[in-house]
Amino acid sequence: MPAADGTVADGAGRPEPNHGLRIFLLWLPVALVADLLIWFVWGPHLPPGAMSTSAATQQSAIKIMSVMAAPVMALVLVYGAYALVVWRHREGDDEDGPPIHGNTRVSVTWIGVTSVIVLSLAVFGTVELAGPAGAGAGEGNTPIWRPSGGTPLQVQVIGQQWRWTYRYPQFGGFETTSLMLPVGENVQFNITSLDVIHSFWAYQLGVKADANPDINNVAYTKPEHTGQVQVRCAELCGLWHADMTTVGQVVSLSAFNAWTATARTQLAALTKELPPYTLTYDPNAVAQLGKVFQKAGLSGAGGGFYGSQYPVQP
Amino acid sequence: MAIDMQPESDRQPGREPGGREPDAPPPPARPWWRRPAVHTALAGAVIGYLLGHLLGNVIAGQYSQVVNSGQNDYAIVLGYVLGTLGWLAGLGVFSDLLRQMTGRPVHATEEARDASAGLARYFRYSLDHKVVGLQYLVGMIGFFLTGGLLAMAIRTELLSPSYHVFSSATYTAIVGEHGTMMMMMMSSLILGPLGNYLLPLMIGSKRMAFPRIEALSFWLTPAAYIVLLSGLMFGGFPFGWTGYAPLSVQATQGADAYAVAFGIMGISLILLGFNIIVTVICYRAPGMHWGRLPIFVWAMLTTSFLMVLAAPVLVGAMYMLITDRTVQTAFFTDDLGGSSYLWENLFWFFGHPEVYILALPGFGVVSEILPVFCRKPLFGYKVAAAGMVGVTLLSFFVWQHHLFDSGINPDMRPVFMLTTELISIPTGFIFLVAMGTFWKAKIRFTVPMLFALGFYFNFLIGGISGVYLSDVPADTTEHGTFFVMAHFHYTIMGGLIFAFMAGLYYWLPKMMGIRLNQTLGKIHFWTMFVFFNATFLPLFAVGMAGQPRRVYTYARSLETLNDWVSISSFLLGVSILIFVFNFVYSTVIARVHEEGNPWNSRGLEWQVSSPPPPGNFARVPVVLSGPYEYGVKDAPPVADLDPPLGVISNAYAAAAAEGAEV
Ligand code: HEM
Ligand SMILES: [Cu+2]
Ligand SMILES: [Cu+2]
Repeated sequence: MPAADGTVADGAGRPEPNHGLRIFLLWLPVALVADLLIWFVWGPHLPPGAMSTSAATQQSAIKIMSVMAAPVMALVLVYGAYALVVWRHREGDDEDGPPIHGNTRVSVTWIGVTSVIVLSLAVFGTVELAGPAGAGAGEGNTPIWRPSGGTPLQVQVIGQQWRWTYRYPQFGGFETTSLMLPVGENVQFNITSLDVIHSFWAYQLGVKADANPDINNVAYTKPEHTGQVQVRCAELCGLWHADMTTVGQVVSLSAFNAWTATARTQLAALTKELPPYTLTYDPNAVAQLGKVFQKAGLSGAGGGFYGSQYPVQP
Repeated sequence: MAIDMQPESDRQPGREPGGREPDAPPPPARPWWRRPAVHTALAGAVIGYLLGHLLGNVIAGQYSQVVNSGQNDYAIVLGYVLGTLGWLAGLGVFSDLLRQMTGRPVHATEEARDASAGLARYFRYSLDHKVVGLQYLVGMIGFFLTGGLLAMAIRTELLSPSYHVFSSATYTAIVGEHGTMMMMMMSSLILGPLGNYLLPLMIGSKRMAFPRIEALSFWLTPAAYIVLLSGLMFGGFPFGWTGYAPLSVQATQGADAYAVAFGIMGISLILLGFNIIVTVICYRAPGMHWGRLPIFVWAMLTTSFLMVLAAPVLVGAMYMLITDRTVQTAFFTDDLGGSSYLWENLFWFFGHPEVYILALPGFGVVSEILPVFCRKPLFGYKVAAAGMVGVTLLSFFVWQHHLFDSGINPDMRPVFMLTTELISIPTGFIFLVAMGTFWKAKIRFTVPMLFALGFYFNFLIGGISGVYLSDVPADTTEHGTFFVMAHFHYTIMGGLIFAFMAGLYYWLPKMMGIRLNQTLGKIHFWTMFVFFNATFLPLFAVGMAGQPRRVYTYARSLETLNDWVSISSFLLGVSILIFVFNFVYSTVIARVHEEGNPWNSRGLEWQVSSPPPPGNFARVPVVLSGPYEYGVKDAPPVADLDPPLGVISNAYAAAAAEGAEV
């Protein structure tokens, strides 16, 4: 099997340049510059920002993967460009190329290097997932990765066609359409749905978890800066899926406490009518509530968009 | 061995598959309108639909839920199913079967073959693999154009976040039709036309193993296509191509079209794959051992295994959805004992192999073309084949990476993260093979080669963005956004479609004896390459910036990027029109004949005339060496097309004796 290191002189007597070295020298600066740019210039601005612990984890995951991907991509592109320029067919040359069927050393090296990259990425991803309590992703009913420290603030997220409502069980279980969170506290979202599958996506917090009917899906985060949070639905749920957007707020702890106190008293009448706080709700029972709410001129989950026994797209 | 000896003494016309005995009297000729073809099939479809609809109303016309929602899913589903059966019956699919069962001589389909030379046979249930290949080709291009037109509609709506060309419902319906049309039909984009046409030629066989199954797999595709599109008459379906329950259970009748069409297409995929597997295993010419199999055939074989193993899950899931929607089985209704997770698992257990059903044939086509235009052997043939086998095996163990945020099995996420990242190792082999083949090559920039190079560029981006999605923390931001959308269009539109174009420019001279115009081809390539990237590269950023998939409206700050993407996509559409023009112009108007071996390829398929004679090879060839021995001094020819008498039967006799000894 002929060596592929390019040191052999070709038949014409002209010494064959060392292609491998040339490609390496072309690749090295490209890869270095790309990595430096990604790390220092682009990295701090990568989505989804660093407003919460989980968002920061995701940002660093994207950054580190980009740093690993850029040299690989640069290698393939530089090699490809070099090949297309240097090894293109010249006019009048009717010879075939050298009959190289393979090269065990090259293949084994390639397989070894890609395996190392891939396995280290898998280990890295697992660490990033377990460390910051699930990295903001939905962890199902019985999460194994939880934040350390005391009891987190619990917020129940109820998805329905086509809006989000939130319940705060630690504050008497009142229910509201505005999402309010204190900075610097661990938050536990309990996400469920009253009809079809939605996906609760708080962009700046780096939280995404599906809302399935009859299922409690838990996600953790810890907001570290105050500010606005864009909430969207990330799973197609029918007609007005695109409009399931709201804006949440991360505020200081004192502001949050003030807000809960007011909300609790203001919504007391409604809270009495609500079904007791549970992790999931029977859609048939909740639908009845819609009528109560409508009479009282209040808004809450189970706005009575349809009867759920044989749900039909309105 | 006994399956097909193809005895070499068989020089006079013998009994062809499904044909009559050589000495049987020719069947009486019937007037054209009484012979089964597309028109009788259409009549059968209409009759079948009406019957089914009637039956459904008789069964379920009184049911309260039917009355409540003003719909009758029973009537529609039965109409579709009986309509499809009527379509097949009208084509004559069942005539031979019935004749055989009643002991009468078989001739109905053969009549279609004998009596309809010329164009007419393309409208009949033909058992000739070359006819089926071309039927598939035209069909697939038509399906692709339909899907592409819907894509243009999507991008029109997304021009503005506030001014709406379509209502939200119409928009969602269009997205669903586009996605489903593309995913279900494009699964056979390469194996259907190029596979059925070229496979026997590439392995030295006179035909495919099961000509009737082959024809049936094609004739199911127009049925699936029409059923799917007919969903638009009921307002389409609001759940995209993934059909997540319970949304798909609550949706109106458009959902029946989705479920039945996808099911029909699933059956077609099973048949297509099954036939290819048997053909590759049992119909290779002597000397075509596994180490000489063209790499495209490896791709077809592995893809076919994916098809026969994954598509049954799809068919089953669609059947469950249909029964949920009609007889209220509640497989997917949580509060009645079912589970919405069940659908997600079933769907993606099919869905992930499906994406490799779309990718592997592309790997095969570009790896096949590369050596020809590098004038070098394929680098690491075994690595390439092993990579395809590895992808096939692993692709059944990654499906939950689509469900990282769903709350299913959260503790298993590291495992699915690992398997997903592992699959990038064998996928990476295609780049190793390509780079090795480039080494000191003599690269010729023909149109097929340009498309193959475009494939590698696009698939590189598609593959690397896939690694981001496999990482759970990163995926938490990317899942369900335009990032995913950009990723899979890079692998499918940038991968599969580019590879298909490469294959078409490369093999059309073989299939039709006609060359596509090369200047138009180059224009087609450059416009498609530039505008494809201009369309989909910004969508990674759009997704990262927070635009979810399947939305008719979006944040105002993303309007500029979306406009850029929409305009690029219209230009991409123009590029596809250039291709259509080239195709029609070259095959209908210009008709530049290309009989020989224009690419100077060593492929076995190029050693016979173009288009190949009936039966492909006058004698069963004996394969003498591998297909990629470019530049090898004194390499023997690929095959002996006229082997001396006795060679083959002696070889078989020796093999049989060996077998007996063991
Ligand atoms: C002609 C070029 C194409 C363009 C411009 C295009 C454009 C689009 C756009 C804009 C969407 C996103 C709609 C949304 O999420 O709101 C979409 C979705 C999709 N496209 Fe394409 N597409 C093209 C070709 C293809 C091809 C060739 C395939 C596959 C064979 C494909 C498969 C899909 C699928 C599966 C979806 C997802 C549908 C869903 O969300 O359920 N597309 N396409
Ligand atoms: Cu939604
Ligand atoms: Cu997948």
